[in-house]
Amino acid sequence: MSSPQPAAAPEPATGRYRVRVATRTAKAFWLVAIVIIAVLVFAPAFASRPMLQDLILVFLLASLALCWNLMAGYAGLISVGQQAFVGLGGYALFALIIVGGFDPLLSIPVAALIVALLSIPVGTLVFRMQGAYFAVVTWVVAEVFRLLLAQWRELGGGTGTSLPRSATNDMIGLDFVAELFGVRSAAAREIIIYWAALFTVVLVVGGCYYLLRSRVGLALRAIKDGEVAAQSVGVSTTRIKFAIYLFAAFCAGLVGAIYFLQTSRISPDAAFSLLDWTAYIIFIVVIGGLATIEGPIIGAILFVLLRNTLSGYGPWYLIVLGVLGIGVMLLAPKGIWGNFSQWTGIHLFPTRRRIEIVSQASKDAR
Amino acid sequence: MDYLNTIVQGVLLGGLYALYAAGLSLIFGVMRLINLAHGDLIVLAAFVLLAMVSALGLPLPVALLILLPFAFALGWGLQRFLLNRTLGDDILLPLLVTFGLQILIQNGLLVAFSADSRKLSLGALETQSVNLLGLSVGLVPLITFAVAVVVLGALSYIFYGTGLGRRLRATSDSTEVVQLMGVNPRVIFAIAMGISFVVLTIAAFFMGVRSNFDPSVGPARLLYAFEAVVIGGLGSLWGTLAGGIILGVAQAIGARINPEWQILAGHLVFLVFIIVRPRGLFPKQ
Amino acid sequence: MTALLETRGLEVFYGDFQAVFGVDFEVAEGETVAIIGANGAGKSSFLKALAGLVKSRPDGILLDGRPVGGKPAYEIVKSGVALVPEGRRLFPSMSVADNLRMGENGRSGDRGWTYETVCDLFPILRERADQLAPTLSGGQQQMVAIGRALISNPRVLLCDEISLGLSPAAVKDVYAAITEIKKRGTTIVIVEQDLNAALGAADRIYCFLEGKVSLTGRADEFDRSQILAAYFGS
Repeated sequence: MSSPQPAAAPEPATGRYRVRVATRTAKAFWLVAIVIIAVLVFAPAFASRPMLQDLILVFLLASLALCWNLMAGYAGLISVGQQAFVGLGGYALFALIIVGGFDPLLSIPVAALIVALLSIPVGTLVFRMQGAYFAVVTWVVAEVFRLLLAQWRELGGGTGTSLPRSATNDMIGLDFVAELFGVRSAAAREIIIYWAALFTVVLVVGGCYYLLRSRVGLALRAIKDGEVAAQSVGVSTTRIKFAIYLFAAFCAGLVGAIYFLQTSRISPDAAFSLLDWTAYIIFIVVIGGLATIEGPIIGAILFVLLRNTLSGYGPWYLIVLGVLGIGVMLLAPKGIWGNFSQWTGIHLFPTRRRIEIVSQASKDAR
Repeated sequence: MDYLNTIVQGVLLGGLYALYAAGLSLIFGVMRLINLAHGDLIVLAAFVLLAMVSALGLPLPVALLILLPFAFALGWGLQRFLLNRTLGDDILLPLLVTFGLQILIQNGLLVAFSADSRKLSLGALETQSVNLLGLSVGLVPLITFAVAVVVLGALSYIFYGTGLGRRLRATSDSTEVVQLMGVNPRVIFAIAMGISFVVLTIAAFFMGVRSNFDPSVGPARLLYAFEAVVIGGLGSLWGTLAGGIILGVAQAIGARINPEWQILAGHLVFLVFIIVRPRGLFPKQ
Repeated sequence: MTALLETRGLEVFYGDFQAVFGVDFEVAEGETVAIIGANGAGKSSFLKALAGLVKSRPDGILLDGRPVGGKPAYEIVKSGVALVPEGRRLFPSMSVADNLRMGENGRSGDRGWTYETVCDLFPILRERADQLAPTLSGGQQQMVAIGRALISNPRVLLCDEISLGLSPAAVKDVYAAITEIKKRGTTIVIVEQDLNAALGAADRIYCFLEGKVSLTGRADEFDRSQILAAYFGS
C-alpha cells in the first residue's frame, strides 16, 4: 500500500495556483487504512465464524457495488445485468472444479479471467445500445446466460449442483491454515475464502481509486460533464467505458467464483439472480452515495446489518428496502456519504482535483 | 403443416407481446423513459382483475371495463406525483426509481396474494376454436391479436388524428418549445402514463386469460415488451406489432424444437436484431 | 403612454452565472422595440426571461402592471406574451400544419389570428402544409415559427434573432411580415444582431452591453457611431 506521494506533497507553487488532489484527512486516512487492512487480514484469529461470514458478504457486495458505481456514477453505464458476470464466475468455477478437476483456490482467478474474456464479445454487443436501452439489454444478456447454463446437464441443468466434498477438501493451503489457526477444514476453507474476498475488495477499492485519480479519472469526469465535449478534447469515451465495463466484469467474476465456492452450491436462478446481484447492489450504492468510493462500502455494511435484522420478514423486508431506496433517490440523492461529505467537507478518497489559489499572503498566514 | 401451425400460434402470441409493448413504447416515445416496472404493473393489474372477480363476483370483461378508468387515474397520479420528480438530464434517476417500484410491486403482491400461480377465467370461451387456413386456432389467442390491432389503431388515431396527439408528439420533440405553446409537459407526461396504464391493463387481461401468472413473472413481460419495441423500431407504433410478431414466432419455433428453448429463442433473435439492425425495422426519423 | 410589458431591475441567472444585470425596459401597446447588442450581451437571456423560459423575480416583469416574473412559459403565453425562439425550434417530426396548430394551445384571446389568417400572411405555408417542417427552407421555417407564435394571438410578440442564418432575400421577406404584423396592432419586441433590419423595423431601440442597457431611445435619434459605441463598448 503505497501512499499517494506525488499529490500528497504539493510542491511549492511556481505560479499563483496549484492543483491538489489529496486532503489532510485523507493523508491520515491512509495510515488508518493500512491498520484496518492489517486487522482484517488477521481477523480470522479472533473473529467468530458468523462474523467472518458477514464480512465475506460485505466484501463481495462492496466490490460489486464499487464496480456498479464506477460504471453508473462515473462512466454513465447503467447496467441491470451484472448478475450475468457474477453467475458466469460461479459457473466457470464449478466447471473448472467439476469438469476440469482444477484446484478450487486456483480456479477463482482463472474463473474471473474466463469471465473477463467472455465480457469482450458481450460488451461489444451491449455497447451497441445506449442509455436506458443499454440497461435493459444487459439484463436480456444475463437472462440468456441463465437459460443457456440451465441446459448444461453436467452442472445440474436447471436445478443446479453442489461441489463434491472431495474437491473442496483438498484445496491448496487448507492444511496450512487449519494448522495455523487450529481449526477444522471447513473453518479453514472459510478463512481462505475470507482472504480471497478481502483481496477482492482491496483490489476493487485500489482499482477504483487509482483509476479515478489517473488521467482516466479526469477523462471520466469529462464524460460526465458532456460526452461531446470530452470527445472534442480527444478523450476516447468508448474505449474508456469499455475498459471499465471489462474491469467490472472481471471483478463480478471474482465475486461470483468466491461466493459460490463459499456456498458450494450453484443453480441458474441463484447465480443469475437480478435481486441478489443487481437490485441489492443498486440499493447499496444509492443508500451509500453514488459517485463516491466511500458510499458503496458504507452501503454494503449497512445492507448486511439490515439483512441480519430484517430478512426474517420476507417480502416486507424487500418492501422496506424498496421504499428506502426510492425515498433516498428522491429526497437525498447523494446518499449517506455524499451528504455527510458535503456537510463536513471530509473526503477519505479524494479523487477530485482542486485548484487552489496560493497567493503569498495566504501562505504566510498558514 | 405443423410448422405453419407453429407460425400461426407464434403470430397470435405476438399480438399479446404487442399489447405488452404498446404502453412501454408510448412512454418511451413521449418522455424517453423506460419504465422498468412495466411488466410488474401488468401483473399487478392482472391480480386486481382477479380480486375484482373473486371479491365482487363481477364477470371478467365487466371488471376490465370498470378498472380501465381507475388505471388511467393511477398512471396519471404515479407520473404526476412520483415520476415527474425524477425527470431531468440524467436517465439514472427515473431508471432506478422504476426499478425500485418493480421490487415494491413484486413484494407487495407476494404479501397480498402469496406466490401461488393464478389464472383469469373466461369460461367456455377459452376452449373454443375456429378454423383458419385449415388450422384450428384458439378463439382467445385470435381475440387477443384482434384487440392488439384495435389498441394500436386507437393509439395511432390519438397520436396522429387528435389535438392531444399533436401535443404528445410535440412534447416528444421538445419539452422546452411546447411550453411556448402553452403546454405543460408534466401534464402531457401524466396523460401519457395514464394511457400507458390503460393499455397495460388490457394486456393484463389477456395475459391472465392466456396463461398462469404469479408475482414473479413481471420482469419477463417487461423484457418481451422491450424486445418487441426495439425489434419494431424505436417509437414506431405499428413496428411494435411487427416486433411482437417476430418475437412470438421466434419463441414458438424455439418451443417447437425444444420446450425449454422457447424464451431463449426469443432473446437470441432479439440479440441478432441488435447486431444487424440496432434501430429496428421501422425506425422513426 | 403606459407600458404594456415592463421590466424593473430585471436580473437573469443561469445557476451561478448572471447574464442580465438590473435591466429597466418597457414597451407600449402597438409599439415595436428592438434590442440590439453583440453576442453574449444578454439579449436572448432577457427575452427568455420575458417568455418565462428562465426564472426571474416575480416583480421583475410586469404585464399591464401585474407581476408575471417567474411564471412558467406555458402560463406566460396564455397571458399574451409569445416567443419566436432563436433558431426557430420547429417540431422536426411534425408537418407544417401541425406545427402551426400547436400554437392554438397557447391562445390568449382573439386578435384575428387563426390558421387561415396566418396562411394568408404566408401563402407559401398553405402550399407546404403537409410537408415535414425540416424540409422547408430557412426562411419558410422562420415563417412557420412566427406563424406558430402568432396563432396564440399574443398581445406582445417576442422575436429572437429571426434573421439569423437567412439569406438577404429571406430576411427581407421576414421583416416585411413583421411590418405587416405591426400594422395589425400587435406589439413587437425583436432581438436582433442585424442592425439594419432592426433599425428599419423598430420605433425604439435598447442596446445591451454585458448584460446592461448601454443606450436607449427612438431609433431615428442616434447616428451610426453612437450606436456602434453602445454596441461594442468603448
